[in-house]
Amino acid sequence: MDTYEPHLYELSAPGKHGANLPVLDVPETPLPEALLRQDDMNDFPSLTEPEVIRHYTRISQRNYAIDTGFYPLGSCTMKYNPRLHEEAARLPGFATAHPLQDASLSQGALQLMYELQEYLGEISGFDAVSLQPAAGAQGEFAGILTFRAYHLDRNDPQRVEVLVPDAAHGTNPATAAMAGFKVVEVKSDARGNVDLDDLKAKLSPRTVGMMLTNPNTLGLFEEHIVEVARLVHEAGGLMYGDGANFNAILGIARPGELGFDFMHYNLHKTFTTPHGGGGPGSGAVGCTAALTPFLPGPRVRRDTSGAYELFIPEKSIGRLKTFHGNFGMLVRAWTYIRSLGAAGLREVSEIAVLNANYARVMLKDLYPQAIDRICMHETVLKGQIAGAQGVRTLDIAKRLIDYGFHPPTVYFPLIVPEALMIEPTETESKRTLDAFIEAMRQIAREAVETPDLLHQAPTKAPVRRLDEVRAARQPVLRYDAEAFARIREEASQ
Amino acid sequence: MSAIPADLRYSKSDEWVRVEGDEVVIGITDYAQEQLGDIVYLELPRVGATFAPGDSFGVIESVKASSDLYAPVGGEVTAVNSDLESDQQPINSDPYGAGWLIRMRPSGEEEELMDAVAYAAYLEGRGH
Repeated sequence: MDTYEPHLYELSAPGKHGANLPVLDVPETPLPEALLRQDDMNDFPSLTEPEVIRHYTRISQRNYAIDTGFYPLGSCTMKYNPRLHEEAARLPGFATAHPLQDASLSQGALQLMYELQEYLGEISGFDAVSLQPAAGAQGEFAGILTFRAYHLDRNDPQRVEVLVPDAAHGTNPATAAMAGFKVVEVKSDARGNVDLDDLKAKLSPRTVGMMLTNPNTLGLFEEHIVEVARLVHEAGGLMYGDGANFNAILGIARPGELGFDFMHYNLHKTFTTPHGGGGPGSGAVGCTAALTPFLPGPRVRRDTSGAYELFIPEKSIGRLKTFHGNFGMLVRAWTYIRSLGAAGLREVSEIAVLNANYARVMLKDLYPQAIDRICMHETVLKGQIAGAQGVRTLDIAKRLIDYGFHPPTVYFPLIVPEALMIEPTETESKRTLDAFIEAMRQIAREAVETPDLLHQAPTKAPVRRLDEVRAARQPVLRYDAEAFARIREEASQ
Repeated sequence: MSAIPADLRYSKSDEWVRVEGDEVVIGITDYAQEQLGDIVYLELPRVGATFAPGDSFGVIESVKASSDLYAPVGGEVTAVNSDLESDQQPINSDPYGAGWLIRMRPSGEEEELMDAVAYAAYLEGRGH
């Protein structure tokens, strides 16, 4: 355990401090009793400034991030964030704008929001866009509340069921449940598409709509999308598009033309705003003309004089976020769209799909494909290596850490046993992909010949294999000297 | 190959049902616990709650995934296995015994249930 980083409590000693306060030269006035902490603060850590700085810097150096290496997390689109976006978001006119400034003093910021609404609408084939939602899950919530408002507005209140495929992201059923609806699961067929017979059986006058990700979480394009949308619409339902995998179809297919009525864009996935601990996200939403009056507000429009102004749509479901969404993310996404242009965005998807298929083809002889099809921007393989005894996908993932790679998503989607979901994204070079592929192939050989290397992995990380089960069953949620000492003692044995 | 006791009946969502007098005992199958891995959290209904067949009566969570538990029969909950509140390990080690989840007084309505032979064939058909 020589890499153990002591906790701040362990580094503390009485009397140490980081700043010298001047001698009090005014009469002392105690804080009101109600504002004083009642708990015992005697063990609050006391440290010097360099001790604190070094502690956090050492921890930060152990992070694995997209800025330090390959990060092939499927269904998550962990893209590299171009530094140009940071430059743009820090321009003083954007960074120091106050949200309560009068519109006449915020024309530049409002113009950027207006243009981003227009760009996202054009890229996705929708009539209107709202930039309000804070992230993808809130975009979903906006969508389902919009569906609810639409059906109630048509005086059709008996619609209470939301259809969700069994391959869906967990946020889809959670969203439907949170909006007060019943979740009805629809099966996938053998090619990884929505099972049309099961869909037909589950559509009814109670159907609010269907939530669908395309390409889906198996990394496959939904081959029957037009038929699925037709069936849902015939039943009086609406189609919700989960934009999590939009990175695969930019400039190639437009969800609005595929039959979707509403979608969210994960600006923090597809449009390279910071993601994964960096955040915050942005879950802008777009929709058809029929749903536009219900969108969350405020949105931005142009008046007859050409000035930009905020407005709340006439039947809006309301606000989801204070002020104007996560504005800094909007600046970054606008910058991404403008610096790539239409041709560049299409190329993003083409290369993302090419990279995923390259990884798929180079690995599928050792790691069986979940479904034998050309994939989109991500591929789902299985950690079931022929001839390997007692090796699970988790062991493969942990061994990848020893080779210096962040493991891909594992055990998702839930319908694939021992799933390994790889999404390289378009920013990775062939050289990086080849190094990753070689590591995966080497691990497959080790799984057969020296499986203990996998079972013991990781051996080269700052910490060894973590006991996830115990952490979940007996969590230690705040510093506890005795518990820490006991855990360290056990770990050293 | 996971254990499939002959005297129980099984649902397509991998719950088992044992008849005991005028009540039934319900749990998840050995196959289900194998697929989930180590169980770390469990949410069970209150005694007195009623369910229709196919309703979700609780949530089970492992380090891999969180899943709904579905009532294989309709009825009223008469007891829940409160020992599992502090320690869910018996669901993994003894899914048909100490790992039982709830007891119900059945309403007579039930899902389409399978016997042990049919359930074994059903698992086989899923590719396991």
